[in-house]
Amino acid sequence: MQVARETTGGVAPPAAASQTGARRVRTLIGATPGERAVTALGLVTGVCMLVTIWAILVAAPVDVVQGMPFRIFYFHVPVAWVTFLAFFIVFVASVAYLWRRDERWDWMARAAAEVGTIFTTVTLITGSLWGRTIWGTWWTWDPRLTTTLILWFIYVGYLMLRSYTGRTASGARTAAVLGIVGFVDVPIDYLSVTWWRSLHPPTTYVQSGLPASAAGTLMFSLFTFTLLFSLLLVLAYQLQRVQTGAEKLRGQAEG
Amino acid sequence: MSDTNMTRMTTRVNTTEISPPGVGGDGALGTASAFARQVMAIVAKDLRSELRTKQTWSAMALFALLVLVVFNFAFDLRVENTAAVAPGVLWVAFVFASILGLGRTVAAEHDQGPLDRLLLCPVNRTVVYFAKLIGNVLFIGVVEVVAVPIFAIIYNVPVALGGLVPVVVLGTIGVAAVGTLFAAMAANTRARELLLPVLIFPLLVPVVIAAVRATSALIVPVARDAPWVGLLAAFDVIFLSISAVAFEYVVED
Repeated sequence: MQVARETTGGVAPPAAASQTGARRVRTLIGATPGERAVTALGLVTGVCMLVTIWAILVAAPVDVVQGMPFRIFYFHVPVAWVTFLAFFIVFVASVAYLWRRDERWDWMARAAAEVGTIFTTVTLITGSLWGRTIWGTWWTWDPRLTTTLILWFIYVGYLMLRSYTGRTASGARTAAVLGIVGFVDVPIDYLSVTWWRSLHPPTTYVQSGLPASAAGTLMFSLFTFTLLFSLLLVLAYQLQRVQTGAEKLRGQAEG
Repeated sequence: MSDTNMTRMTTRVNTTEISPPGVGGDGALGTASAFARQVMAIVAKDLRSELRTKQTWSAMALFALLVLVVFNFAFDLRVENTAAVAPGVLWVAFVFASILGLGRTVAAEHDQGPLDRLLLCPVNRTVVYFAKLIGNVLFIGVVEVVAVPIFAIIYNVPVALGGLVPVVVLGTIGVAAVGTLFAAMAANTRARELLLPVLIFPLLVPVVIAAVRATSALIVPVARDAPWVGLLAAFDVIFLSISAVAFEYVVED
């Protein structure tokens, strides 16, 4: 950043070409150690994602009963895992915000909710596609499906609440309360839907005991999607920080 | 209770009322009765102001009746499907009417400014929460007293009042416990009428499921069903305790 500014200000020196090159590299990989860490995380995630896609589509064995559509399982399960991880982070960050009143916890909660809502949507879509091919129906009111859908509604409501309150302390507190109450509601929802459907037999289509290559693919996919989630979380968090800073600057300029 | 005893109690209550929260409260009994008195004072104030106009009650009750009538057309009710549909319709009517009322009670406070004034009172925030909660339960209760007989008539469902009253009371407490908190949350935003239903419905799913199942078990008994009335009571306890604690953070300023 500093170097870039000096270069633009200076008279064109003989080494201008190499300095422009250095600036380009800095723009690409970031100037500070933090930015470079994000770039590195992005690169690792990208490579892992390519390997995961190869493993899922090529390396994993074809399921005897379900055939090719079973491959969506390796996307669906990791994405669903990330969904619950994200909302656990929203919960923890919301508790921490109410306790410590540090706005960084609030940025964290909001970032996790934004990324988590996307992953919830993908969970619902991949699950629905898989259900269509295996169960023959896009949707069924199974406890897990129903709970995920309610979770989606709660966190879309959370994001709406955030956009209606703006970046105020009272908005952050209100959202933190929703982040906590919404998270506590999830197991209660699950239990009540399970009892509601208690007369229906539970349906499990994933046999326990996957072969080694399938289990390996699943584990690696879990790892990759967790990496992807961390990358998106970091970026969303930084966006929150920058936007808050921008709003403060705007407030100073206007007032 | 003797007369002197009564007088002493009253004085103690009065000192608690004007001292800041946490300072008063000499002894558990004094604190508890002061809490109850403070709560009832706010409830009485809300009831008085509602009794002057009766706007909220009449709108809520009318809306609940309209929902009952509209669902009657929407489901094309006949003898054979009434028992399956009626409990759900009853609770949807209650929940819709509740949301109408919940939005009003806290919104009215905001429009006229007394929520701030209420918060300036030297009372605990939990007192305000319970007062608003009781007020909301009473408001919804009035609607239910009107709607249940009409429901029984137009849906032609035999209503066993002895069984229905606990279910309705527990369900109403559950709706109001979450609703009071969320009405205060939505009141913090610019678009509270939009936001309240969007936020509250997903949270109310367990209460609605339990209440509907408990009600339909009254009409057509189900063998091997979950103990829905007990579950409803458990949900009430959970939601009441979370909301009572969380309310403090929502209205804090």
